[in-house]
Amino acid sequence: MIRLADRKFEPVAELTKFEKANIGAGAIVSFVGKVRGEADGKKVKALHLDHYPGVTEQSINDIAQQASARWAIDDALIIHRTGEVLAGEPIVLVCVASAHRRPAFEAADFLMDYLKTEALFWKKERLEGQERWIEPREDDYNDAARWRKE
Amino acid sequence: MARLLFFGKLADLAGGRSHEIELSEDVGSVADLIIALSAKDAALGEAVSHASVKFAVNEKIAPAATAINNTDEIAFLPPVSGG
Repeated sequence: MIRLADRKFEPVAELTKFEKANIGAGAIVSFVGKVRGEADGKKVKALHLDHYPGVTEQSINDIAQQASARWAIDDALIIHRTGEVLAGEPIVLVCVASAHRRPAFEAADFLMDYLKTEALFWKKERLEGQERWIEPREDDYNDAARWRKE
Repeated sequence: MARLLFFGKLADLAGGRSHEIELSEDVGSVADLIIALSAKDAALGEAVSHASVKFAVNEKIAPAATAINNTDEIAFLPPVSGG
């Protein structure tokens, strides 16, 4: 399941629901991405996430389908924030359920790498007295490229 | 009227997300639209001409050669950012 959340969500509560919905799974991997409190030595107040309603969901759906086609997973949950996300708040939750741990770990890792480089989000960092759009990072592209090498 | 949508830093440059414009007869494709935008606003034109910018026509990612008309929604998508 894919959900965009325009306000704060509770990753632990979501994970609990996901576990209950996948009671027969042998492995559940979850990842929570949060807004860092600092960037380049400056205090971060918030991250603003711009998105294209409808099309952003489709871009995430494409990523989830690639994961399902590649790994033997039972279920995946992706919750991604939009709008204003304060420092310390969760920005993304990825949960993957499978019979065994390896596909769950790998699919969750893949989903995060692709969410960072393929999902349609544009992020503006609000620092003290300054705002700036975040440019794509080479590290993120390198992380995503790992899945294309094999 | 065509609806133009700008995302991320392009929205700041364009002075807002959504702009309704009447496409003139010589604007038949996204590439033509970029030329028309450049003539009106050089900074915005340069930004949307960048190779990293993708386009969507009626919510589907589309190449610059895609035909457009006055009923279409054309979106300009800068590269997504990791954060």
